Amino acid sequence: MRLLKLVPDNTNLHFMRYRNIALAISIIVTLAAIALVATRGLNFGVDFVGGQSVRVAFVQAPPIAQLREQVDNLGVGNADIQESRQSAVQQAAAGNAGQANLVEYTIKLPVAQGDDAATSAATGRVRSMIETTYRGNATVRSVDTVSGKVSGELLRSGAWAIGLAMLGIAIFIWMRFEWQFGVGALVTLFHDVCMTLGFFSLTRLEFDLDVVAAILTIVGYSLNDTVVIYDRIRENLRKYRKMEILEMLDLSLNETLSRTMVTSLSILLALGALLLLGPQVIFGLTIAIFIGIFVGTYSSIYISSPILVWLGVKTSSFLPARDKISGPTGPRNERGPGQRPADDGAVV
Amino acid sequence: MLNFPRWKVWGISLICLVVSLMAVPSFLPANVFDRLPAFARAIHVNLGLDLAGGSQLLLEAETQDVAKQKAENMVDVLRGELRRASINVSQLGASNGEVRFLVDNPAQFNDATAIARRQVSQVSNFGGADWTVSVADGRQVTMQQTDAGVNEGIRQAMENARDVIDRRINALGTLEPTILQQGVNRILVQVPGMQNPEALKQLIGRTARLEFKLVEVDAAACNTPRRPGIQYLPSDELPGGQCMGVQSRAMISGEQIADATQNYDDQNRVAVQVRFNVQGSQRFASVTQANVHRRFAIILDNRIISAPSINEPILGGTASIAGSFTVESANALAISLRSGRLEVDLHVVDERSVSETLGKDSIRSGVIASIASVVIVILFMLITYGRFGVYTTIALILNGLMIIGIMGLFKATLTLPGIAGFVLTIGAAVDANVLINERIREEQRRGRRLHDALESGYREASTAIFDANVTNVIAAVLMFYFGSGPIRGFAVVLMIGIVTSVFTAVNVTRMLVALWVRKARPKELHI
Repeated sequence: MRLLKLVPDNTNLHFMRYRNIALAISIIVTLAAIALVATRGLNFGVDFVGGQSVRVAFVQAPPIAQLREQVDNLGVGNADIQESRQSAVQQAAAGNAGQANLVEYTIKLPVAQGDDAATSAATGRVRSMIETTYRGNATVRSVDTVSGKVSGELLRSGAWAIGLAMLGIAIFIWMRFEWQFGVGALVTLFHDVCMTLGFFSLTRLEFDLDVVAAILTIVGYSLNDTVVIYDRIRENLRKYRKMEILEMLDLSLNETLSRTMVTSLSILLALGALLLLGPQVIFGLTIAIFIGIFVGTYSSIYISSPILVWLGVKTSSFLPARDKISGPTGPRNERGPGQRPADDGAVV
Repeated sequence: MLNFPRWKVWGISLICLVVSLMAVPSFLPANVFDRLPAFARAIHVNLGLDLAGGSQLLLEAETQDVAKQKAENMVDVLRGELRRASINVSQLGASNGEVRFLVDNPAQFNDATAIARRQVSQVSNFGGADWTVSVADGRQVTMQQTDAGVNEGIRQAMENARDVIDRRINALGTLEPTILQQGVNRILVQVPGMQNPEALKQLIGRTARLEFKLVEVDAAACNTPRRPGIQYLPSDELPGGQCMGVQSRAMISGEQIADATQNYDDQNRVAVQVRFNVQGSQRFASVTQANVHRRFAIILDNRIISAPSINEPILGGTASIAGSFTVESANALAISLRSGRLEVDLHVVDERSVSETLGKDSIRSGVIASIASVVIVILFMLITYGRFGVYTTIALILNGLMIIGIMGLFKATLTLPGIAGFVLTIGAAVDANVLINERIREEQRRGRRLHDALESGYREASTAIFDANVTNVIAAVLMFYFGSGPIRGFAVVLMIGIVTSVFTAVNVTRMLVALWVRKARPKELHI
């Protein structure tokens, strides 16, 4: 049986040749993402702005305008009502199960005027209005009510968590590798997080607590590729001390390319199944991780590696101190400890 | 690397078997599950509210009231103690959490100070005293609460609040609530199966501080200047802006209530009947005896529900409270009174409820998606790595079972984001295997012989596996630390998944490869 090889043997792509073009594109897109978030903002869910969000499933859906008027008449603020997304697969599943095709609306209301008690009371009013007006037709599927105070805390703690995770990982990389690698990891993470935020700003998908969890996941997982590549660069730095740094980076990227492709594709396939078939309540979480893994694969090649060059990493940068001192004394130290002669030049 | 002694093979197999078996109870339908022995039933994954359906309320306590309340209690205690010692004082009162009074007779000043000092207690071994007593001018005594005292008061009030909430929810029927304190002044209440939390909110939102006080002024403007010993409270029986003046001192308070039930009064109105304890009955009898034809106010949470006249001494030790009640609201009040009053006001700051049908839909589509993702990833591994793909598949399935098994062992909660975490872990769990397999391919390309290629494949890949997983652990730990309910569920799955995927990749597949190499003695590796 012939096995699938996503990346043919002895692939030798010259990634670093295009590093400046890639950098220019990355900077432009990152700046565009930041500008987008700064001007258009994010479509924050109730988790972060407070207020309430009520999901109602209707057997026979009333016009949105009618429902909005009924909610507005309660005097609990202006309602924003939208039909929830439902994938074709889910609709087909409902059809197969012989269920009537329910239409789901999400009613969003801002934080009520007054105190927390007012917001809490407003929830009860909307729920009882729907349950009496549309008796037998509508079911309240979920209600989220968040006070202004808690939403502020959630936003702050979410931002803290993301910031600390980025910093913690950068410090870990710094300790395991060298400071240049730590900076590279931090810049890569910054790029990945900006891209994800930009995507959410562009698509107006709701940005809630789940998405923060997704970004934290991205911070962990999108860096996997980077770490694996860094690990290989470190190994090759010890092996090939005479090689040009750009050549060495290309070699490391090509050596790990197959693994990068297989793992990323495997994660994207699994998440793809979740996007198409999974619960639509966590669509935002899943799409965020999906985008993040995709972006992370790109950035592990075109951001985290070339940044080492710009930070002045050379093949001779990380010789152990004793090697530097005793370096000229003999060819014995040309190879790292434990490396067999066969390693040298086997691929080069 | 490929040298696996027999005990190691048995050890790894045993761990895999036991941990995988622990996943079984979580998959069984309810009727089979109920027949399992107790130890097996203890091992199962809990479903979060977003999957099981139910309500969750995050309550915040008004802790600034605690110090005030404590000061008012101190005033009551001091008044009693000073009277018993026949010491006359004036201007005894509390303001800003401070208690102060003037001793009328300077000769009794030392006795009065001693009484004040006797009320001070130690908060804990290291916490120091809860009050400080200071004196001035030879007649003024001031008691101030220390920070330790205030904090201890808050701690006790929150403990009381948890108990009271527990009793009130239990009165609603056979629910299995989880009541947890979060931080200093918050309580998280989760009630699986409760779809509409309005009744719960009504129950919890009421302090249920019931007092009986004698009426001094039938009606007056609410902003009437305060006279010592009299307070003005709004009343259900008066129009807005009008208040009733009542004695500050309560003739009976909630602590003296033994029981409360909903019933009907003699005019067939919905009412709540309260029965006093022995001390309360005696006091109620003596006060009503001494004040026939006067009115007394029934005050709930600083609002007068009704103010009936005392037509004759009430000696039975019961009182009927009639107001504008419905049967439901009277019942709720009775429950609140029975369960004791809350020492702090609570209000809802975060409320989530999910219907059972949405939870079921989420579980169904989550399970379908999980199975689909496992199948796709397995197919992908098989066409990419052939025989080694089979080993990866075995590791993958074991990994999935072990995640559920470990979650079951620790009674971890599976939430909706947790399902996403599971799928992500399935996709990412192959990473360790991929790293190893790719490394073996690479070593072979370099002309290594089979044994060498396998050996160095596993060895060289291990540092990358370690480093790559530590970054995931850092992110997951922070997510757990900062996250709330569902997000924590996600973080838990990620963390367990990281551990199990590394274990299965590094130990299980390696063992399978080692056993195969030992048995088949292949000349070349098709990978």
